[in-house]
Amino acid sequence: MASLPNQQETITLDTFLRGLWQENPVFVMLLGMCPVLAVTNSAINALAMGLASTFVLVASNSLVSLMRHFIPKQVRIATYIIIIATFVTMVDYAIQAISLELYNALGAFIQLIVVNCMILGRAEAYASKQRLGATIINGLGIGAGFTFALLCLGIVREILGAGSLFGFDLFGDQFQPWVVMILPPGGFFVLGAWLLLFNWLRTRREAKLLETEGAPHDG
Amino acid sequence: MPDLKITTDLRTSPHLKQVVTVPQIMRNVVYALLPVCAYSVFAFGLSVLLLLITTTLTCILTEWLYCRLADKPSSLDDWSIVITGLLLALTLPPGFPLWMAAVAAFVAVGLGKALFGGLGYNVMNPALVGRAFVQAAFPVAITTWTPPFLPGRFQELIPTTLTQPFMIPPDINGWIEQQRVDAFSGATPLALQKFEQIITPLPDLVLGSIAGSAGETSALIIILGGLYLAARKMLDWRIPVAVMAGAIIIALPLWLVDAARYPDPLFVLFSGGLMLGAVFMASDMVASPVTPWGVWIYGLFIGMLTVVIRLFGGLTEGVMYAILLGNAISPLISNMTQPRIFGSRDS
Amino acid sequence: MNTTSANNPPLPPTPAFNMLRTLGLVATLSGLLVVLSYQVTLPMIERNKQQAIEKALYKVVPGAVQRKDFVAIEERIELLDTQPEGTLLYAGYDQTGQLKGIALETAAAGYQDVIRLLYGYDPYCQCIRGIQVLKMAETPGIGDKIIKDARFQQNFEALEARMHPSGKGLQQAIVPVKQGNKTEAWQIDAISGATISSNAVARMLNETSQHMVPIIMKNLPIMEQF
Repeated sequence: MASLPNQQETITLDTFLRGLWQENPVFVMLLGMCPVLAVTNSAINALAMGLASTFVLVASNSLVSLMRHFIPKQVRIATYIIIIATFVTMVDYAIQAISLELYNALGAFIQLIVVNCMILGRAEAYASKQRLGATIINGLGIGAGFTFALLCLGIVREILGAGSLFGFDLFGDQFQPWVVMILPPGGFFVLGAWLLLFNWLRTRREAKLLETEGAPHDG
Repeated sequence: MPDLKITTDLRTSPHLKQVVTVPQIMRNVVYALLPVCAYSVFAFGLSVLLLLITTTLTCILTEWLYCRLADKPSSLDDWSIVITGLLLALTLPPGFPLWMAAVAAFVAVGLGKALFGGLGYNVMNPALVGRAFVQAAFPVAITTWTPPFLPGRFQELIPTTLTQPFMIPPDINGWIEQQRVDAFSGATPLALQKFEQIITPLPDLVLGSIAGSAGETSALIIILGGLYLAARKMLDWRIPVAVMAGAIIIALPLWLVDAARYPDPLFVLFSGGLMLGAVFMASDMVASPVTPWGVWIYGLFIGMLTVVIRLFGGLTEGVMYAILLGNAISPLISNMTQPRIFGSRDS
Repeated sequence: MNTTSANNPPLPPTPAFNMLRTLGLVATLSGLLVVLSYQVTLPMIERNKQQAIEKALYKVVPGAVQRKDFVAIEERIELLDTQPEGTLLYAGYDQTGQLKGIALETAAAGYQDVIRLLYGYDPYCQCIRGIQVLKMAETPGIGDKIIKDARFQQNFEALEARMHPSGKGLQQAIVPVKQGNKTEAWQIDAISGATISSNAVARMLNETSQHMVPIIMKNLPIMEQF
């Protein structure tokens, strides 16, 4: 497969930061919406989900990157899925070992990391073409961006929906919880609000760039 | 009068006619709503007045903020935002905490209207979007009812009204008992019918001496307001009529089959928010279909769905969800009922 | 994407051997990793499960500080060996080894998903002394009142579940009643607004008790000795 025109990326700070901000899997690419909406009803669930996904992303993509010259094109999706499923199973056991309560709260969504298109997408678009180092750094960045986004949702939903943060009561027992926020519609409302905010920030920044440079900046 | 002088100046067509503008229509809707508001304040006291002021001001503020952020000319002078504010307050319980009402108003305008691009672009009735949000967010507060015509209603507020922001409203059962109201169970006529098979007498429903949302209590005044608007051709009379017809189509056969279990059609028409919804909300000009047949289908759908939710669903009142669903499918209805162009043939 | 493919001659077909080699290798590696992590985490998962059961047991059997597991096989109750093949029973004892109660697992369909709970049965007053929800997905703020509502929990301070004199089933079935209408010791005061969840709790307690209470009462001596 050496004939593929691979442009190897040299590792810079941008390799990591891109996933966190410019190519944020949730706020920019809108990938992996299922866990984003389903398990962000509390900050701790969001954090656990984010970390679990990050681990699977980095581990599976490293393996894909290592084996990139040995994977024939015809069976690559099958290979990726087996690799991803392996790490998901490991995470599944690990979370059970850490805390059953957390495991019950996350429910089927741990197993569903397998079909998170963010991970398969990275394997196909990045890890299968890049060296191990760049893949790990990039995966960490994407994972951090995913975790960050989940936390953004989880924190807002837990504060409004339960009046607490990471399980600690914030406002005393007289606080009126906004029940809708921990129900599925709340996920859509909060995600929409964050998307609004981030898009607004981006258009503002682009407008500023346009003003200072007089020409659109190629991103 | 034999000496009649003809002063009419005859001309050929086209005759110029004064165009009815959006602000004119909206102002007239506000006029039609004012008696409903006034009666509501009369029945429930100062709390409702504060509720009306809070929602209207929050709506205006949100709209102003939206116009500023979106760099649009201010749309406050078209009066539509006042209607949203008033309607929203009328769908809430009289003692609804003001801070929750402000949340509802913000969501109504922000989510129900501004996000879609302002007046004329909203998919659903904004006031109902706001109400649906607080129904899901604060299920207890929005089903806490107080009796009408309490003796002290102009001197003191319902204790829940001034709940501190973000706090749980206090329990008002003790306060209601203090008011020495005979046998008030804290339930609306719909809840009484659904859970205890008690039918509230019709005169009470028509005149509004019942518990319920601030503006849904007196069916008579709502109908008068509707007639005024219909007479001025500012309301499509077919929509309210179709909604009521739809409600009767479902309610009548059920009642004929089993009168002990199902309420009579008149009760269905005059209880709850059906009348307010049919006259002032389902008829929202933006969110209802535009074709002649579509209007009938839309109205019938809302009326039938309302009764189905009430009788077979978990909730006691279904008008809100029925209208929101009706709004959601109205583009589809409009599309499917396009009138045939004269002279053309079906493809 | 591969933009130069138009200029290049098509790639030669990959030999089947290469595909088999890669898939076989990946599958082997995957199997190894899964087995490894299973072996490493198994003791921890077992310990977590035991802890969860113990925590719940001491809550539903007031006064218990030690436990012993039994298994009910048809009409008999035996000390739990390695291979459980019947209904599990967790007996709770105080410091002196006095039997304080027996915890049983039960489940029924709630509003959204199956509700699983552990309840403590006191054979001396023939009543249920407490419930602890193990797993549920009821609506927050409505159905989850079966955990949070203090009034509802009061139902289970001494909910009667007396064996029928004939030795079959309960003398009085456990039934839910509308909120505020509880008059008898075997009735459960339901939560108004969360009727479906409350009824599910009543139904599962009744079903399991109808079956298990006679068995427990008949085999009480085995469980009394610590």
